[in-house]
Amino acid sequence: MMLKVENINCFYGRTQVLRDFSLFAEAGQVLCVMGRNGAGKTTALKSIMGLVRPRGGRVTIGGTDIAPLQAEEAPRHGIGYVPQGRRLFSELSVADNIEIGLMARGSGRQVRESVLDFFPVLRERLSQRAGTLSGGEQQMLAIARALCLEPSVLLLDEPTEGLMPAMIARIRDVVLVLKNRGVAVILVEQRVEAVLQIADRVLFVENGRSRETLKADELRKSPEMLARYLGVGA
Amino acid sequence: MDFGPHLLLASLEGAVGAAVLALTALGLSLVFGVMRIVNVAHGAFFMLGAIVAWWVADALDAGSALNFLAALIIAPLAAGAVALVAERTILRRLNYNPESTIVATIGLLYVIEQVALMTYGPDARPVEAPWDFRVQLPWFGYSGYKLMVIAASIAVMLAVWWGLTRTRIGLMMRATQFDRETARAFAIPVDKVYGGVFAFGAMLAALGAVLVVPIQQAHYLMGNDPLLLSFIVVIVGGLGSLRGTVLAAVIIGMSDGIISVFFTPTLAKIIATLVVAMILVIRPKGLFGTQSA
Repeated sequence: MMLKVENINCFYGRTQVLRDFSLFAEAGQVLCVMGRNGAGKTTALKSIMGLVRPRGGRVTIGGTDIAPLQAEEAPRHGIGYVPQGRRLFSELSVADNIEIGLMARGSGRQVRESVLDFFPVLRERLSQRAGTLSGGEQQMLAIARALCLEPSVLLLDEPTEGLMPAMIARIRDVVLVLKNRGVAVILVEQRVEAVLQIADRVLFVENGRSRETLKADELRKSPEMLARYLGVGA
Repeated sequence: MDFGPHLLLASLEGAVGAAVLALTALGLSLVFGVMRIVNVAHGAFFMLGAIVAWWVADALDAGSALNFLAALIIAPLAAGAVALVAERTILRRLNYNPESTIVATIGLLYVIEQVALMTYGPDARPVEAPWDFRVQLPWFGYSGYKLMVIAASIAVMLAVWWGLTRTRIGLMMRATQFDRETARAFAIPVDKVYGGVFAFGAMLAALGAVLVVPIQQAHYLMGNDPLLLSFIVVIVGGLGSLRGTVLAAVIIGMSDGIISVFFTPTLAKIIATLVVAMILVIRPKGLFGTQSA
């Protein structure tokens, strides 16, 4: 098992956001995390990254407990993170954003070239300020920056938010390629159709608790689950 | 003296003031830009630089050039070390909260000043300039040391600019400035960056003080004017904008120097403050400011 989160509790001040939350991610699989707004999906990803410190529980990657570590240690254990809203360093150039990703694990020129081969449009815009890219290009850059870490686990927080259909399809393809390369992908996503296309398993989150985990096939046969946890039909 | 040479002399005096002010304000601007902290103790680090320079020169007693060279190295390191300890023991415990750190740095300013008063005393003491030669112009002779202060300040500012834009540490600092949380997610040790920036800001102030102490003399309250002027420069330049800080330092330093020579230093301060007010009415975010204060 690549990544395992066991019974973590997270708080913002005195407000408890995650309660005995658990999940696991396997190499070469896509785990989609779904739930209503405020359910705790983003906090779950941040707690894996150490950006929100869990109180109690364990976050293990390859058997190593990373929960007690400082946030800046998580990337060195092979976790790439694409935050909600991209969170690019918008005043810096595309090249600088990629360099920051490379620096995180000491990756070299070869990784840089392979990432740019993966997203050729970024190669044409290396000197451009990241904040001036289109929404789709910014998302490509956010993913490219995370891939510079050569992650074994990739966390994607609503990567299709606000994007055109063609760009959503491109991101779906990218996720599938990464999955085929053996990366464990944890995807927070609201679009049911996108989830059903690429997920191996779907974890439903409700009020900060991890509820049921279904295989994508099972979810297709049980649309009532979507209604129950998301309030929508399939 | 005719008006032309008089103006040239005033401009040179203004340039010396601008050079020291730019270094001092650059430190303040870096700390605010990266850490979002208004460091009221910045003037104390300036003063500390001057006083340590005097102590080093007095203790070493190895000739003016060697004394000064030693002070130039030791004083900024001492100020940086004090700043680093303050950052670790005070600012980090306050989680860099903007309001709390203002109060804390006010306290730090008083503590450093009072410790200086108790140990160094109330007297103003000079450090001898490393050399004593004059550049003879057709109308007057001018201190070669003061010209070196201008050159040194320009060199340091270029080095800082190079470091920020061309090195990995600079990239880490800029990434931390723009998004602390995302920087952490990419293995940037934000706490270490903060400690380094706070210490480096203090070192720049101390360096400015070492350069100016052969001209002005070291005194335990000497940091107050540079602190006030640095705040004015940082606000006029645009909070967090290094380019704006340098330009504003040149404008304010030069105008302060020129008006002081032709009229009085008090009038210079009054006019500088009025100019600041006018600039902020026209451009509330300063010359190059992009973020709201």
